Amino acid sequence: MPRPFSPKVLTANALLEGDVVYLAADGHWTRHHAEAELIEDEATAELRLLDAEARGHEVVGAYLADALRGPRGPEPVHFREAFRTRGPSNYRHGKQEHA
Amino acid sequence: MYRYSEFDEAFVRSRVAQFRAQVARRIDGSLTEDEFKPLRLMNGLYLQLHAYMLRVAIPYGTLNSAQMRQLAMIAERWDKGYGHFTTRQNIQFNWPALRDVPDMLDALADVGMHAIQTSGNTIRNVTADHFAGAAEDEVMDPRPVAELIRQWSTDHPEFQFLPRKFKVAVTGSPMDRAVTAAHDIGLRLVAKEGGIGAKVLVGGGLGRTPMIGKVLKSFVPLPDLLPYLEAVVAVYNLLGRRDNKYKARIKITVHETGIEEIRRLVEEEFAARKPLFKGADEGLLSEITAQFAAPAFDAEGPGDYETWRQADPVFRAFTDTNVAAHRHPDYAILTVSLKAHGATPGDATSEQMRVLAELAERYAHDELRISHEQNVILPHLPKRHLKAVHEALAAAGLATANVGLASDIIACPGMDYCALATARSIPVAQELATRFEAMKIEHEIGPLKIKISGCINACGHHHVGHIGILGLDRAGVESYQITLGGDGGPDAVIGERTGPGFAYDQIVPAIERILLAYLDLREGPGESFLDAYRRLGMAPFKAALYEDGEARADAA
Ligand code: HEM
Ligand code: SF4
Repeated sequence: MPRPFSPKVLTANALLEGDVVYLAADGHWTRHHAEAELIEDEATAELRLLDAEARGHEVVGAYLADALRGPRGPEPVHFREAFRTRGPSNYRHGKQEHA
Repeated sequence: MYRYSEFDEAFVRSRVAQFRAQVARRIDGSLTEDEFKPLRLMNGLYLQLHAYMLRVAIPYGTLNSAQMRQLAMIAERWDKGYGHFTTRQNIQFNWPALRDVPDMLDALADVGMHAIQTSGNTIRNVTADHFAGAAEDEVMDPRPVAELIRQWSTDHPEFQFLPRKFKVAVTGSPMDRAVTAAHDIGLRLVAKEGGIGAKVLVGGGLGRTPMIGKVLKSFVPLPDLLPYLEAVVAVYNLLGRRDNKYKARIKITVHETGIEEIRRLVEEEFAARKPLFKGADEGLLSEITAQFAAPAFDAEGPGDYETWRQADPVFRAFTDTNVAAHRHPDYAILTVSLKAHGATPGDATSEQMRVLAELAERYAHDELRISHEQNVILPHLPKRHLKAVHEALAAAGLATANVGLASDIIACPGMDYCALATARSIPVAQELATRFEAMKIEHEIGPLKIKISGCINACGHHHVGHIGILGLDRAGVESYQITLGGDGGPDAVIGERTGPGFAYDQIVPAIERILLAYLDLREGPGESFLDAYRRLGMAPFKAALYEDGEARADAA
């Protein structure tokens, strides 16, 4: 039996600002985790990663991060990814600044 | 103060111009990230969790007011109006946009500063005591020796591909404020029969395998220092392991080869190399020493300093904690705390940087220092100006009287900024300081060093904190491991682990239990936390920490 695949989102940092971005289903980069495409099988995940690596003029350091289906879209699993959706905890800087 | 030579200036300018072209080529797509990354790291530009970060070197932690004002301007114009001073005597800007970085570097070059990280497996930026040239207890200003080593090691052809990075620190004081025992080579300047020389420690380091440096030679006269250091690095270059990056630092070489054998090999090398030096290095040292000459101390006396102290308890408390003895009796070394209770350790706003610049220029021979403990220092402040300086600092939110106390916490950026982190460290520091302030106990507790790192790399020096905190990721949850009894001073010690770690919301109460236990157990206010720990050992603290055990400690 194949190992069950845990769902992922594809994430990276934007080349110009360094801000965290996610790959949406229509292929554009969104700044919001909930707008990311939830990838539910391994083959698609590998394809998306290859795709992202070819878009190195837009983003840096693309990788797949575990995510869960939530009521308003994908939600992060690990605390590191949760922090990346907001920004630092000592100032309201980063994404939370505009939230 | 040491000034850049024309050669340095031209070099820095040409590096900025090169980097400007490289950034443009990255943005237009002609450079890939794989090609660009080593180039940006060489210029101090990192990509962190939420943004880029620009790290700017502050050699020997020394700044003048024009440089500090420029840092304030850069923070305001291209960042979010603040800068973060680190344990490596750097300032970090946490939010630059890629396009702006070349302009930031040009603005730094305007005041003789740069972000060039001597990266790679070479001899890194040499660090020195932040009270250098001012401390009463100093044998000699360590900065000329540090600068001599910098000039000797820069582009030294033999040492461009060492097994691993190599860090050197120099102190001129028996108090060792430069944590020399945690460096690949630590030098402690000592006087003997009229001559000055260095006690040479080797093989210290923190990170994943923490070790305290061992004494390789108790006295190397200054004229022999460079050939001796060259001999040490040559022996390491040959013996150091290149097969495993985690075993490549000289601490492992010393550990595996044994200090006696290393000493024998170094003596052999030294005998061969010494005749080749012919004294040019000694001429250079006296030239450099002249550039680090102390300012002309004025002879106006201490003014009403003592009267003010008697009259104003707030001013007295401030000077009790934040002033250290200067070599001139009418002067003070003033440490300005960047650890206001609840604030981020090491952060200063542009406005605060300008206030500090203004005070240095007006009252304190135009000199500022940054300490590895993430504070700012006015190293040469006449005592008669302390009252005015205190008032100006208070108005800028910079008069926190906590230097050396429990809330003077070192914290690395941790998972709020750093891409390598396994847990947060800044909010732990903020919450601890807030708690100590609410309990009003830190003056009762007395001298205490708490140090926090957000991963095993130990940038927050947690191993040498009297209380060290290491943030880890345990099965997807932040967990904090405590060590006790560490010490970064002259008799450096690596702290000992207490046991299982604590969850994020349990770490503040855990530290509080340790401190309350200390207050119960100590022989009197004269016995510091570290002394009490050395007398009593781990057991009573462990008992206090894990009382009704399982409920509090996570099982990690
Ligand atoms: C982009 C952020 C950073 C990265 C990627 C980084 C990376 C590292 C790594 C990989 C090590 C371990 C080296 C080894 O053991 O061989 C290390 C050690 C260290 N770092 Fe950092 N660091 C960062 C930020 C900082 C900051 C902000 C400071 C100062 C506050 C700092 C100060 C230190 C110190 C003191 C050590 C331990 C000394 C030693 O044994 O080498 N680092 N760092
Ligand atoms: S100790 Fe770890 S988390 Fe902290 S700054 Fe260093 S690498 Fe980052």
